[in-house]
Amino acid sequence: MGAMEIINFYVVPGIVVGSIYALGAVGITLVFAILRYAHLAHGDLATLGAFLALGAVTLGGVSPYVALPIAMVLTAATAVVLDKAFYEYLRERPKIITVMASLGVALMVRSVVQVVWGVDAETYTGGIARAENWWGLRLRDREIVTVAAMIGIVAALYLFLQRSKWGKAMRAMSDNPDLALLSGVDNKKVVMLTWVIVGGLCAAAGVFLGLNYELRSMMGWTMLLPMFAAAILGGVGRVEGAVIGGLIVGIAEEMSTLILPSEYKAATAFAILLVMLLVRPTGLLRGKVL
Amino acid sequence: MEWLGLANYAVFMAIFICIYALLSLGLNIQWGFTGLFNAGIAGFFAVGAYTSAILTSPPADGRLGGFDLPVVAGWIGAMVVAGLIAWPIGKICLRFRSDYLAIATIGVAEIIRLVIKSEDWLTNSARGITDIPRPFGDLPYVYSQLAYLAIVAGVLLIAYLMVERQITAPWGRMMRAIRDNENAARAMGKDVPYRRLEAFIFGSALMGLGGALFAHFNRTITPEAIDPMIATFLVWIMLILGGSGNNRGAILGVAVVWTIWSLSEIVTDQLPHEYAVQAKYLRVFLIGLMLQLVLRFRSEGLLPEPQVGHASGSGADAGGPGGTGAKGDAKSGG
Repeated sequence: MGAMEIINFYVVPGIVVGSIYALGAVGITLVFAILRYAHLAHGDLATLGAFLALGAVTLGGVSPYVALPIAMVLTAATAVVLDKAFYEYLRERPKIITVMASLGVALMVRSVVQVVWGVDAETYTGGIARAENWWGLRLRDREIVTVAAMIGIVAALYLFLQRSKWGKAMRAMSDNPDLALLSGVDNKKVVMLTWVIVGGLCAAAGVFLGLNYELRSMMGWTMLLPMFAAAILGGVGRVEGAVIGGLIVGIAEEMSTLILPSEYKAATAFAILLVMLLVRPTGLLRGKVL
Repeated sequence: MEWLGLANYAVFMAIFICIYALLSLGLNIQWGFTGLFNAGIAGFFAVGAYTSAILTSPPADGRLGGFDLPVVAGWIGAMVVAGLIAWPIGKICLRFRSDYLAIATIGVAEIIRLVIKSEDWLTNSARGITDIPRPFGDLPYVYSQLAYLAIVAGVLLIAYLMVERQITAPWGRMMRAIRDNENAARAMGKDVPYRRLEAFIFGSALMGLGGALFAHFNRTITPEAIDPMIATFLVWIMLILGGSGNNRGAILGVAVVWTIWSLSEIVTDQLPHEYAVQAKYLRVFLIGLMLQLVLRFRSEGLLPEPQVGHASGSGADAGGPGGTGAKGDAKSGG
């Protein structure tokens, strides 16, 4: 097999799916760092975002790219409501209780999707997207958009966290919540803002997954493990780490089909997760260890 | 006929309650007494079911098996293999906060599901394993059901007595100490990761046993027999509702939740056919909501954890593992 084939059939799909994981992993890493628990409903929130976009596409007749921001806003609102309804009152309790609640929320969100949209696979647009040939590199439009959108969204988020007042407040909460509180950071608003961002990121991950593959009610749940592997691989709390982690997990999953049966793609993410916890729990970029 | 049908149904439910009670007891060792979050219960359950099935079933073409071992050997094998799978996971993840274990167990369950679905030589993939021997399976239907109920109830009783004894023993006191104040326990010279690993392996072995009893009851096991998310989640809500940290609560929770779950199926079966899919997922939604309500309004469960010693114990903050999370917070502040 030539180098070009390896790139076209393994590396490019790996980067595309890796970008989708990256969008999810950034959200996971933010929740992990600021709210300090593993949010197990993350994948199913992405499923919800993808299906909300499908609703906009089928009802409004818009293109999936127009539906994306709509889905992001709606999912962000859902995330804030979920936090108010199911997580907020557990704040004083051990964090692991919130992890458990999030497992319940995952089940609830997914069953809502299954009740409203059914359990059959759906797509945004019919027909087959042809790959175009760029000097031997075969790329589809949607693949280019996926990677570009991921870079754009993460860059905007990074600038927001570094430069803006609220971004700094979020980072302060992540570094030391007590000190942040003492310095006058309104932690309720920071929590809300975190959920707005996380909800938007979830929806983006879900929509791009649906755009490149298909929409299924279990799509988010199966994405949960690679997203967590990416967040931990990059280092918890590190946005750029989550992006690197997502890309590595995505490429590793695709490359693993060279030696393993393709059913075992999911095992690659799991292996990465265990190896990182074993040798370097802080991740590549020295994140937190809870 | 009506009465006989109802009685048969009650026996059938009782068998399931006993099987789920084993899972709930296993989870109680992990969560209730030690504070470990196992989100892959269905995985250990499936491993137990398949191990026992492979060890005890007659030879079949194209897959591993034909050992024809006695049923008890299958059950022991189920416990051993489930424990062996728990060991490396626990070894790696138990140094950290329980969040990591939750993620890793989700992964384990997922991979076990993939192996079961795709490894023909081991599990006969989608066709599953059939002809699993069932003790007293040759008797007429009613007697055979009753005999199996007696067996699972007996196994449950033994498991209950053993767990209960272990928990009131110094070992149990140590586990609660580790759960409620890890640093103090460590200062007393307790090997915290090792003890957690013990609890994780014991609990997983019990879950494997539950799986084995399930496989022998059904006589067949296929990948579709276990819906990982729902099985795992049902056991969680059973334990939390019943009262984590209390073995009798764990069993009571199983009886309550399994009864609600089964009756809700009878109700949704009355609905017109076109709503069947919706009704199924509506039930799942309600189970998810039930967990939220229990966590919010009665987090200590129906039968709270008994308070041993003086009343100012830290178990007062209810609903299982006290200090672990709060302490993790304090630590990560630095």
